[in-house]
Amino acid sequence: MTTNISFLLNGDEISYDVKDHWTLLHLLREEMGLIGTKEGCGNGECGACTVIVDKLAVNSCLYLAIEVDGTAIETIEGLASTDGTLHPLQQSFVDNGGIQCGFCSPGMIMSSKALLDENPNANREEIKQALAGNICRCTGYIPIFKSVEAAKEMGGQNE
Amino acid sequence: MSNFNVVGKRIPKLDAAQKAMGRAAYIQDIKLPQMLYGKILYSKYANANIVKIDTSKAKALAGVHAVLTGEDVPEKMKMGFIKDNPPIKKGRVSCFRDEVAAVAAISPEIAKKALDLIEIEYEELEGIFDPEKAMEKDSPLVHEHLKSNVLKMPWDVHYGDVEKAEKESAFVVEDRFTTTWVTHCCMGTSGAVALFDASENLTIYTNTQIPSLAQKDFLESLKAMGLKNKRVRVIKPIIGGGFGSKLDTYAYEHVAILLAYACRKPVKMVFDRVEEFKATSTRQPTVTYIKQGCDKNGKLTFRDMRMVLDNGGHTSWGATTPSVMLMPISSLYSVKNVKYSAKCVYTNNTYSQAMRGYGNPQATFAIESSMDMLAEKAGIDRIKFRKINQNHAGEETPQGLKITSCGLAECIDAVEKELHFNDNNEKGVGTGLASLIHVGGGARIYGSDGCGAILKMDDYGKVDIFTGGTDMGQGLDNITAQIVAEELGLSAEDINVVHSDTDICPWDVGAHASRSTFVAGNAALGAAKKVKKKIQDFASKLFETPAEEIELKDKMVFVTGNPEKNMPIGKLLRKAHFSPGGTMLMAEHFYDPDNQNMGKELKGNMSMTYSFGAHGAKVKVDEETGKVEVLEYVAAHDVGRAINPLLLEGQVYGGVVMGLGYALTEEVTVKNGEIMNANFRDYKLFTAKDAVKIKAPVIETDDKDGPFGAKGIGEPGCVPTAPAIANAIYNAVGVRIKDLPITPEKVLAALKEKTVKK
Ligand code: FES
Ligand code: FES
Repeated sequence: MTTNISFLLNGDEISYDVKDHWTLLHLLREEMGLIGTKEGCGNGECGACTVIVDKLAVNSCLYLAIEVDGTAIETIEGLASTDGTLHPLQQSFVDNGGIQCGFCSPGMIMSSKALLDENPNANREEIKQALAGNICRCTGYIPIFKSVEAAKEMGGQNE
Repeated sequence: MSNFNVVGKRIPKLDAAQKAMGRAAYIQDIKLPQMLYGKILYSKYANANIVKIDTSKAKALAGVHAVLTGEDVPEKMKMGFIKDNPPIKKGRVSCFRDEVAAVAAISPEIAKKALDLIEIEYEELEGIFDPEKAMEKDSPLVHEHLKSNVLKMPWDVHYGDVEKAEKESAFVVEDRFTTTWVTHCCMGTSGAVALFDASENLTIYTNTQIPSLAQKDFLESLKAMGLKNKRVRVIKPIIGGGFGSKLDTYAYEHVAILLAYACRKPVKMVFDRVEEFKATSTRQPTVTYIKQGCDKNGKLTFRDMRMVLDNGGHTSWGATTPSVMLMPISSLYSVKNVKYSAKCVYTNNTYSQAMRGYGNPQATFAIESSMDMLAEKAGIDRIKFRKINQNHAGEETPQGLKITSCGLAECIDAVEKELHFNDNNEKGVGTGLASLIHVGGGARIYGSDGCGAILKMDDYGKVDIFTGGTDMGQGLDNITAQIVAEELGLSAEDINVVHSDTDICPWDVGAHASRSTFVAGNAALGAAKKVKKKIQDFASKLFETPAEEIELKDKMVFVTGNPEKNMPIGKLLRKAHFSPGGTMLMAEHFYDPDNQNMGKELKGNMSMTYSFGAHGAKVKVDEETGKVEVLEYVAAHDVGRAINPLLLEGQVYGGVVMGLGYALTEEVTVKNGEIMNANFRDYKLFTAKDAVKIKAPVIETDDKDGPFGAKGIGEPGCVPTAPAIANAIYNAVGVRIKDLPITPEKVLAALKEKTVKK
């Protein structure tokens, strides 16, 4: 079964024929070629596939593509400005050692963005809660917390 | 302190922006025209004979291009340290992860469906899962033709006279420690894409830490396939975490090659998470018997250790980890008389490989737990006890390790300063200390411990450096760039580091043994020095000044003490290039450290230098639940020189948290050979919620052989973590847990036993 859906993807209006069993992750990565969103487990356990759907951070590996009909989706590809300037969160992850192998990074950054958009003054505890579903094997999390906190100072909640 | 311009700076990882934007391409992201998808079918039993395989239904499925079984694998195509393991088995399976068939199809879904259509008849055999039982005389054999489950390995040494030293000791302690399977959990799963060109040369994109050795393995596979005199090109995409998991070539790579050849199309093989848990190698589980003693002043007299390692169903490089275990056993703290023997024993469990520390975490867990026990028995403060026995520069250990720089004492001091060991009176709160030694200047395990680098400068003052070294997220790209920039008076952005392709990068033995900063760093430095010399010679003619008086700084070339005589480096390069008889400035350097292979006597200076460190933990133990909370953690490391403190801290934090998982939560649960928790819900990694406050003091000892004084730091962060925690738990509530991970259940059981004894 194929269904036609429409949604906003990083500000662009998209219309797409999707198979009913496709996940949002499959649609983004395999069909649309947006490789920035990663698959770490395919089972809702690692957060590497996090994207923002209508302001909420979700695991795109568990989300059916047909469910995004009528929503606004943000992925890691949509964060930097068109002139190439990184989003404050991207910049602070770079500057504070929040990125080593980088496989968790798109998901971490998207979860952080959803948090700061909603709660621009999130404290360390709230950051920990928001990132609890995003696994990182490289950094020990400390540089990631610092990255989010530094982005907060830079006004990380703004576009 | 020395006056550096680029070395020592917190320069963000060079590829971080690409990664932050989601543009970095990992193996998962590689798509080639006409690409097929490969999948592997694994054994249903831990130990069985394969009676019959029927692949006809799978072959008939539309979209399937090839189905292979063990019968299709050339006789000589074998993997592992003793080349005893074919990438697809035939006749007999010896563990659940044994490959029994593989398919290539036009989509991953069809490939999966095809696997379901393969019919296999097995005859199940009794399995053996306990290595100590597998050593018993009448135990069933995992590989009958070998006549024994115990591998023939040389791990049996005696330095000095342990028996005599024991008799002369004032205090002796003895115990048994055990560790279990843990796994790397790289966030990017394993994978490879293989393809042949029209002349049957192979290109393979693969997540490897050993591009040059992998190239050799793949050449051997081609040879076994009857493809002689062919070329193999290994391309590394961006790697989603290594930690030792990519230090060998694996079945999925060889199977991708076989399938690509069978179909004459590119074949992509990428693991899903369940497969990653079940079919990649773990850290070796160990049973350790340790006995050590000291005299009445607390000076160590001897150390006697015996280990049994679960080798699993096949032999991988894991069987060589005792060579690294020997290092802390013989050389962590000064001790003259040392005995060590290790037996690697086949079982029908999964098999192990390299994982961050390469045996050192297991050995250090036993040694440092036992150090605390001995200190207590001798009635000496545990910190003082370690200081009495600390290593020092200039020492040669019984194994023949030559300690050239040693900041162990400073590390212990730094931990003591941060943690205040003895002033916690709160109930259930305690502190613990543990130290480490690790190779920090290469490790000669193969014939060569070298790394090559090729450096070229363009007409504008920019550098491309092609290194044999591998970046897998740890930051070798930065280290290389910062070293080259420092030497040539440039900034790190001026340096493009290429480390991804055996067609253009020189040989390197691999990203293992925390050797890349030291060895690949020295290779890059050597090449930079050669180019610098050429620049100085050229400028010397230009400025009519001796070459020694030419300095390079801030992208300028100038004469010492006469800074008006100067030229931007780009201009000088163009002058050199566009003059009659012109030249381009390029150089290559192959650095092979002057370290030694241990040989049969298991003696020799295997590394040019050694890294030291001390970890301190403050924990709170809930005596109702047995739960251990880490309140504070200090990890002090002697790194020689911090080339980039930002990345260095990242290595330490990441290492410590991996070590905390090893200490407290991580365990691959294996039941009769079968892995029961192949997912992140049941395999408990530390998450953001569990994150711990970590301080990471850096001790710089300016190693005489390290590039700008640096030593390796990739592995040390996770080496002494488990004993630091175990010692802190003992200090807090008086129970000693000798089996990892230290789960609440084990703590509770020990607390109960303690009350019963009272
Ligand atoms: S890939 Fe979606 S949570 Fe892991
Ligand atoms: S940076 Fe490697 S998993 Fe987070």
